[in-house]
Amino acid sequence: MELSKKFKDQNHFKKILNQGYSLLPFNFHKLPSTLYLISNIVGEYLIIDRDTLNRLVNGDLSFEDAVYNELKSKHFIMDQDSDVAIDLLALKYRTKQYAASQFTSLHIFVVTLRCDYTCRYCQVSRRMEGDGDYDMEETSALKALEMVFQSPSKSIKIEFQGGEPLLNFPLIKFIVQNALEKNAVEDRNIQFVITSNLTFLTDEVLNFCNTHNIYLSTSLDGPEFLHNQNRPRPQKDGYEKTVAGIRKVQSRLGYDKVSALMTTTAASLPNVRAIIDEYVSLGLHSVFLRPLSPYGFAIKTKQVEKYNTEKWMSFYREGLDYIIELNRAGYFLVEQYTKVLLQKILTSSNPGYLDLQSPAGAGIGVIVYNYDGDVYASDEGRMLKEMGDDFFKLGNLETSSYEDIFLSDRLLDTLEESLAESSPMCSECGLQSYCGSDPVYHYATQGDVVGKKPLSFFCAKNIALIEHVFSLLENGEKREILERWLA
Amino acid sequence: MIKLHSTRNTIAKDLGAIKVARITTDENLPRVLRRDKALLIDQYSGSDLDGFEIVFSKYQGDSHIHEVQYLSEDLHYLADGDVVRIDPSRNYVRAIYRKNSSANFLFVTERCNSFCLMCSQPPRDVDDRHLIEELMLAVPLIDIDTREIGITGGEPTLLEQRFFDLINLIKISLPYTSLHILTNGRTFSNPKACDELALIRHPDLMLGIPLYSDVSHIHDFVVQADSAFDETIRGILNLKKRSQKVEIRIVLHKQTINRLPELAEFISRNLQFVDHVALMGLEITGFTRANLKALWIDPFEYMEELLLAVNTLTRSRVRTSIYNLPLCLLPESLWSYAVKSISDWKNKYYQECENCSKKSDCGGFFASSDLVKSDHIHAIQ
Repeated sequence: MELSKKFKDQNHFKKILNQGYSLLPFNFHKLPSTLYLISNIVGEYLIIDRDTLNRLVNGDLSFEDAVYNELKSKHFIMDQDSDVAIDLLALKYRTKQYAASQFTSLHIFVVTLRCDYTCRYCQVSRRMEGDGDYDMEETSALKALEMVFQSPSKSIKIEFQGGEPLLNFPLIKFIVQNALEKNAVEDRNIQFVITSNLTFLTDEVLNFCNTHNIYLSTSLDGPEFLHNQNRPRPQKDGYEKTVAGIRKVQSRLGYDKVSALMTTTAASLPNVRAIIDEYVSLGLHSVFLRPLSPYGFAIKTKQVEKYNTEKWMSFYREGLDYIIELNRAGYFLVEQYTKVLLQKILTSSNPGYLDLQSPAGAGIGVIVYNYDGDVYASDEGRMLKEMGDDFFKLGNLETSSYEDIFLSDRLLDTLEESLAESSPMCSECGLQSYCGSDPVYHYATQGDVVGKKPLSFFCAKNIALIEHVFSLLENGEKREILERWLA
Repeated sequence: MIKLHSTRNTIAKDLGAIKVARITTDENLPRVLRRDKALLIDQYSGSDLDGFEIVFSKYQGDSHIHEVQYLSEDLHYLADGDVVRIDPSRNYVRAIYRKNSSANFLFVTERCNSFCLMCSQPPRDVDDRHLIEELMLAVPLIDIDTREIGITGGEPTLLEQRFFDLINLIKISLPYTSLHILTNGRTFSNPKACDELALIRHPDLMLGIPLYSDVSHIHDFVVQADSAFDETIRGILNLKKRSQKVEIRIVLHKQTINRLPELAEFISRNLQFVDHVALMGLEITGFTRANLKALWIDPFEYMEELLLAVNTLTRSRVRTSIYNLPLCLLPESLWSYAVKSISDWKNKYYQECENCSKKSDCGGFFASSDLVKSDHIHAIQ
């Protein structure tokens, strides 16, 4: 380098680096290859070989090593030249945990348990269409709304669930109108979603949704034979009704106003491409490849769980490959779970996905007001109750105050015990900052909110998924496609 | 290219101290409005010149008239509303503000606490406090409809209290004008300086702060100052904590280009909340001339790094622009980020540009680019 004499050369500014470095906290995880992933609490990562990892932790790296600047830039090490890494790590951690400071934003109203479908995988144990005993009362709805606005969150999302919530549309209208009235004073950023099979999507419903900017979320399991097999309606027209409903919302309210989710059954496993094609031909730009949750079902044996992870992963891998192929061909299509992982891996933001958070989303991310006035820590918590276990029932709208519910030992103990940062096997896991804690799942499958991770499908599935996403990110062309999902 | 100052004028020495005045060409201006005005006429017509701060004529033959000073030809472009500084002792006239220019910068000091390898305005350790005092006189004369004005140096924050006084004066004199301040941000590592700035509550203020690397020892080398990286980062954090608008400015040269993609990654991870990132081609002036070998790289050679950096930043929703680089050197996918950023008074185009279909969309070159320029400049068809 030829600098004019009044300037100091690079070496002058590197002298201080000879004094060595100190390690900042990080975990590591051996990837399926011979390489290691190192990652810290804010999700910064590097993939290095075992020798580099050894030299790093033994303090043997020099600033002359190419990896030195990477480690310093990503806040794995700190040298005598700079200590601003601590400020930046703190800032990034606060950003990642911002949602926890905002408290409960998702409020689920189970307005009825009645349904016109007879799905065999129904996780909420629906009731017959005509049985009015399973509808929420207006008085309960008003009490629930009071609780909604006691949440300090600036953003409030009210989701109507069932059963089939449109079977109790008058109550939905009642709740929306009362919520908006309250919000005239509260001034929260409020949003409504109806989770519906769209059978009862009348003009009245569409107009109401249009007026109040209400979103619709539905279930579409794939092509006709698969959808109708997974989600039978006595009239055998479930697929037809769902597709017609999606089209109706798209044309009347807009393409962004309806989204669909799928649930994977054994029958879905060989059909991932056909399932995805179904979404593309409907002009949808998002697919969520979701495994079955262990609710409403007999809990499986541990052997079956392991078998399921492999089957599930090959389904997911094939699907994701196909989705990437479609993106390459010019059709923008996102797989939602992968997108959540990508946000956690590649950005400092937190996608706020409830099942991948620590502390868990139960109660402090989501709360469920059941048709009968009972309050649950999560949607899965009320599913469990329908199976006879009310462990996650936090109270009742008639008898419990906001404080009774949100300061209950049941909720606080669950959250505290299940923190990934301190759970056995999670605390030292190199994938921790991309994963989360799911106490309801582990309670449902193992009778314990922490659970033994080697026996957990949640753990096995997430390790396999995250490793797979990292392997895709190593491929430059695929990485570019995946990065577009975040823009 | 126009000249901003000239000593080829003829000004009577007995006019005394340095003056700051606003140009008018209306010799019939009512008496009450003549204070602070410099009348500029084509030729003396015998009208009443009483009450003007100073009278300039473009006609050299007028210089025998005592009340009339000759303005040299290179400043004849001066027009109504422009603000000038006049030093009679040196026959010196400088345009502080030009009404028709979109790039008006107030130069507040030559002093700086950094010593950047590529500084376009090499700092000098001199007592130039008179500059700020003259600018304090100039600001109230500036047209109230001015869209944007800049503050530059040197390091403006070294003026301490006078820096904040100037911003406050601009806020009250020019309430509709965007203010853009070029600073290295180090002063703002002290939260008190940020509090002071935030207290002014300027409605439209952006601080342009350079950051040259994701690791401290390289940034400190480029700005030739130990601890500068930590101070600048803490400055940015303190400013954003007080909701001040911050732009990160990255000058692209041989010492910054290697880690540009990593720097973009660093910004999107750690400083995603900044309001703008400007990726800036090198201006071949000031210290850059002395350090040319260590700094120059043909922009054509670094397009891959630039593309990666822009993609990383925009994926993170960081507003990003490219300054000072002609379109013919950029891949087409980056054209929409390119800004015509070179100030009018130092802007030029080359022979190749004459047949270029994109010339009107292109920012062209610095007038100083002749010394060394890319081998890949070409007309786009």
